[in-house]
Amino acid sequence: MTVVIQNTAGNGARIDLLLIAAMVEPNTRVLDVGCGEGLLLEMLRDEKNCDARGIELSRDGVSRGVARGLAIIQGDADTDLADYPDDSFDYVILSQTIQATRNPRKVLEHMLRVGRRAIVSFPNFGHWRIRSHLMFKGGMPVTDNLPDAWYDTPNIHFCTIRDFVALCDEIGAVMERSVALNAGGKAALRAPWWFWNLFGEQAVFVLRRKG
Amino acid sequence: MAALNSIAQSARSEVDDPSSLLLKLGPEQPLRMDSGAEINRLQIAYQTYGALNPAKSNAILICHALTGDQHVANVNPVTGKLGWWETMIGPGKPIDTDRFFIICSNVIGACMGSTGPASTNPAHGRPYALDLPVVTIRDMVRAQAMLVDHLGVDRLLSVIGGSMGGMQVLQWAASYPDRVFSAMPIATGARHSAQNIAFHEVGRQAVMADPDWRRGRYLDAGVRPAKGLAVARMAAHITYLSESALHRKFGRNLQDREAPTFSFDADFQVESYLRHQGVSFVERFDANSYLYLTRAMDYFDLAADYGGLLSAAFKGATARFCVVSFTSDWLFPTSDSRAIVHALNAAAASVSFVEIESDKGHDAFLLDEPELFATTRGFLNAAATARGVA
Repeated sequence: MTVVIQNTAGNGARIDLLLIAAMVEPNTRVLDVGCGEGLLLEMLRDEKNCDARGIELSRDGVSRGVARGLAIIQGDADTDLADYPDDSFDYVILSQTIQATRNPRKVLEHMLRVGRRAIVSFPNFGHWRIRSHLMFKGGMPVTDNLPDAWYDTPNIHFCTIRDFVALCDEIGAVMERSVALNAGGKAALRAPWWFWNLFGEQAVFVLRRKG
Repeated sequence: MAALNSIAQSARSEVDDPSSLLLKLGPEQPLRMDSGAEINRLQIAYQTYGALNPAKSNAILICHALTGDQHVANVNPVTGKLGWWETMIGPGKPIDTDRFFIICSNVIGACMGSTGPASTNPAHGRPYALDLPVVTIRDMVRAQAMLVDHLGVDRLLSVIGGSMGGMQVLQWAASYPDRVFSAMPIATGARHSAQNIAFHEVGRQAVMADPDWRRGRYLDAGVRPAKGLAVARMAAHITYLSESALHRKFGRNLQDREAPTFSFDADFQVESYLRHQGVSFVERFDANSYLYLTRAMDYFDLAADYGGLLSAAFKGATARFCVVSFTSDWLFPTSDSRAIVHALNAAAASVSFVEIESDKGHDAFLLDEPELFATTRGFLNAAATARGVA
């Protein structure tokens, strides 16, 4: 089965954001960690009637988001998630941010504590193009998805899909859904892990606590 | 003593007979204060702008800072200057008077028409001076709630204020969680820091060291502790600015001279500026009011009223919050705002937090800061939409 995700809105929204938005039930409470200026928050608020809130590190992103009427806090995923009580959200979302956190494991644990579900998307460092870049060019990969040189990038904790799955196992997170996307935005076939890990450019996981 | 100039004269007459709307409350509605005392004859001076809608859902309360007053968006009757937040409030402005009903009252303890130490004590016809019970931020907010009741407003669309005004905003959210739909505490803290108390104490000591203070009874004697209050204002004014703002404005520039005079004259522009700030403040502000209001800020510690846990203060808060700080504010630094945000998160409240980059120090909230305007406009629009205000 192949799921094709199309950007029907035609607004240039990032494909993983559309996918995440589709995974969120209407009328729920959502925290988007690393929300930028709030593109996903706005989608969730306007189209799904969610109580959508965000945390964003960049002052600029926060200002622009709050000026558009969104509830965004200038803060840091690594330190600020600890302040939220257990189960205060239905979903805690971390899109394209986990690789930029100082302590991805702690962040993920807090997400699973604060939210009933965690949705995580990240660039897969196991993708064949990245592997071949490293193998044949011998330098840190620079791609359309990951355009920064190693000394400029905020991404300090890259991982592969396989690595991420291992982390989920280690902290006792249950994977409810997992989707890999290739460059065309197509979700990969139902295929074994090694296939995803090689051909998925991005991955999106829906997680919950065990038990 | 020199005759009062016209500003000082008009400031004196505003105390009992202000050019504002007035709410007078008698013994049947006493103000019960934190100290245990009561004020049986309370006067609250206030201004309103815009119109209350039929659903009474568009009212916004503005809380003023230490030396502010109710004249937030009209020409000040004492100084003749524009209202202190004229950039923020007016037709089409971020706090839009075409759309919202704005209320701003003079806090109790102040000197622009609400009951304060310069007001006439009905018991004997002379000013209260230090006979007025010590006022707290919560007392100010209680008085405001009585005014809001009087205006027939059940739930405020927003409560907004900076500095001491921000303390009132936080107190509103804690004391009257059901009456606040949104709240915007700006450049403030949930408690006054030791450093801030220390600065205030310097100011109070300057006032009380002036022989003309006369244990607070200077009005009876027809004098005023002008020198002491001016020094207090000069010291405080430094805390409202930042080092870089002072440097940008004045540097080491000399005032109307080519070289230092080898005297203690105001050689430097910054000295001349501070002296001017001190002298003009004294004309419009009552020295005892300065003691009372600085004291109210010092006593403010919201968490202390809730077992030391700030999040407990916001337990029942249903309001959406927008907390704002400025990078160069060292009087109420960003860490103070962050503590509020953390507590609000812990109480699972809806909160936005913006730290605005500015080199203007604490005073930035009163100045032309486009990012503050954009934030306020966006936050209020969202609150108005959520409440169904057209």
